[in-house]
Parts: sequence; structure tokens; C-alpha cells
Amino acid sequence: MNGPQDLGGQMGFGAVRPEGPSAPLFHAPWEARALALTLCSGALGRWTIDESRHARESLPPAIYYTASYYEIWTRALENLLLTHDLIDEGDLAAGTTTPAAAHPKRLTPDALRPALEAGAPSDRPVQTAPRFRPGDRVRARVMHPRGHTRLPRYVRGATGRIEADHGGHVFPDTNAHGRGEAPQRLYTVVFAGRDLWGADAEPGLQVSVDAWESYLDAV
Amino acid sequence: MPHDHPDHDNHLDPMDARVRALETILTQKGLVDPAAMDRIIEVYSEEVGPKNGAQVVAKAWDEPEFADWLARDATAAIESLGFSGRQGEHMQAVFNTDAVHNLVVCTLCSCYPWPVLGLPPTWYKSPAYRSRAVYEPRAVLAEFGVTLPAETQVRVWDSTAELRYLVIPERPDGSEGLSQADLAALVTRDSMIGAGLAQVPV
Repeated sequence: MNGPQDLGGQMGFGAVRPEGPSAPLFHAPWEARALALTLCSGALGRWTIDESRHARESLPPAIYYTASYYEIWTRALENLLLTHDLIDEGDLAAGTTTPAAAHPKRLTPDALRPALEAGAPSDRPVQTAPRFRPGDRVRARVMHPRGHTRLPRYVRGATGRIEADHGGHVFPDTNAHGRGEAPQRLYTVVFAGRDLWGADAEPGLQVSVDAWESYLDAV
Repeated sequence: MPHDHPDHDNHLDPMDARVRALETILTQKGLVDPAAMDRIIEVYSEEVGPKNGAQVVAKAWDEPEFADWLARDATAAIESLGFSGRQGEHMQAVFNTDAVHNLVVCTLCSCYPWPVLGLPPTWYKSPAYRSRAVYEPRAVLAEFGVTLPAETQVRVWDSTAELRYLVIPERPDGSEGLSQADLAALVTRDSMIGAGLAQVPV
């Protein structure tokens, strides 16, 4: 979706504010709790990482741009929990609810480190031959889906070069909406800065994105 | 409250109350164990962070065969040091040289290689960085105090899928003969994103 998350090339956000190595990891204790709530809730297995990204980008732009990152996570988590009927509006309004027994998939402290170390790989076998080979010229498709996609607007319509073929990976555009993993081949595609930004590009710039096969057309 | 934060001093922050309420609800419903939450915070505060990535870089600087492995199969090479998993399932190492400087961003969210760098800093997640890194990376680098020669090509990697990028900064002059532990101390978090350079030994 052309939502507030699609930031590449947008203007007006000001300077980047670097933080040194001594800066705190969390800028308030609630940020740490928000991170942990998000990971523990995700471990219940009711939604995918793609669906959680879509929940964040679906927040209204005025909220997305004024919220801190962990506030975005918290608001998106509330929406995911509501959508999947794990909580209801009454729970949120009351700030408390009726106690229940532990969920069978509730993450325990001992299971945490193994779960993190296992991760959730997104590579999947695909049977089809690659449509593109390294060195091929491709155009990123012009498309404006209302749902989740990982093709940023700033490359749509631009011509680039296939640099690498990473094999099959879960397709976020379907997976975010419960329509299956539908794996497709994933490529690294490199664009010259001038093909993205025209005369306003910094000289010599190259930018790559990782793009699923259906995002690309042969040139 | 199922979980107490006696050290918290910002009682006016509405997000504090909002997150506390959510933790209360999810704990009561048996969906979340506050002890597991504590453990997550402990892991990312104390155990998993940029010192992991610095170890990878130092080994790559010191051992050409490890650098080759890292270039061919970063996931396996990094896992051999014990770093793997969530948000680092598919790793790619990109090597800075005099000719090419690599910079990593996630314009669409905040994708970041957690097993080697830990959680991303605030600036990495900010709209300012995400919007500008792909459009004017040299201007962004200048805000980090990094000015590259005009002839160096800047290559920006937008992490739009589940590949996670680790920048291997150039080994600094004057670091010959240092141990891997001493080399690792020169490797900053920002240098492994491409927003900085490795430190020169003093």
C-alpha cells in the first residue's frame, strides 16, 4: 500500500540525529516492555511478520509520522490482537480482564533463546526456472496495490540490473493477508541513482532493492 | 499490576500507561509471561548487540579464508561464531573498499540484522534516515561526520526482503598485528551499517 511507511525519497523530515555507542537502547522503560510484548505475542503464531508489518503501515499517516517507533509497534500490536480476537475493545477500555489459564503457546523464559536462535527463515523451494539471470536489465513494475507490498514507490517504473538470484522466498504480498506463502524467486536489483532521481541524484550513486519475481518485467 | 517498575520516573507519558495496560491484559489472559518479557529485554540489552558483529568483522580482517566464506555464505560463516536466528536468518556481508562504500537502510520499516547488531538505534528507524539514505546518502553520511572521496562509489542497500546486510568496514591504517580482540574494539556499530568508519588505533 502507498502508506506512510514508504519513505524512500520523501522530503521534509530534517536531519538525521546520530547516537553514540553510549546512547540507551530504550529511551523509556515502556519501550522495552513494548518490544517484549510484541515478540511474546508474535510467538503465539497467530500472524506472520508480513501481517505485522502491514498492521504498522496501516496506521493513519498522521499517527505514523508523530509516533515513536515503539508507539507504532504498540498500536499495531493492539490492532493485531483485536483482529485475531485475542483481546477485545472492552479489555483495552478497562485495562484489565478476566484471568485465564496459560495459552499452550505462551513463550516461556527458557524457550526464548532457542526460539530466537532458530528464527523464521523465509526461503522456500520453487520449481520454476528463473525468469532473470544476473546481468539482465529489468523494469520494476508500475503498480499501486491497496494491500501489502515490498516494492517501494521510488523504484516503480525504473530500469535496473539483476545482481543476484536468492532462490525462492515467501511472498509478502499474499502472506500478509492470509493468502498463503506463494513463494517466488527473489532478486537483488541495482539501480543507478540517475534512473531513480534524474538530475537530482548524487553522482555515482547506486541503490539496490530485493525484489520478488512478479515485481519485475524484462526490458 | 503483574509487573512493577519502581525505577520509572516519567508518570506523565501516556505510552507508559498504555503499554502497562496491555501487559496486564495479556498476562491475565495467559498469552504473555512477564518473565519471558524480562528475558527478552535482558537478551537484547546484555547478550546480543554490535559486539557480535565486531567479532565477525575482526575475524574477516584477520583471516582471509573467513572473509572469503563470509562473502560466499555469510549466514553460515556468521553462524560458525554462534550468531544466528531472528532477523538474521539470511545474511549477506558487503565489503567496503576504496572504490565502493556500502550503506544499509530499510526504507519500508526497520529491518536490521539483530543477531550481529542487536536492536537498531533510533536514528536507523527515523523517517529522516529512511527517506534520505536512498536519495542523498552522501549528505546523510556528512551528518555522521563521514566525508568520502568523490571517486568512491556509494552503494545503498534497501532491505526490502528478509536478507539482512552487514557492512564490513575497511580495516583502518595502523591496525597491523593487532589481535582479533583489539581489532574488534575498533569496529563501531555505525561502521557495520555503513554510516561510519572503523576507528583508527590510537
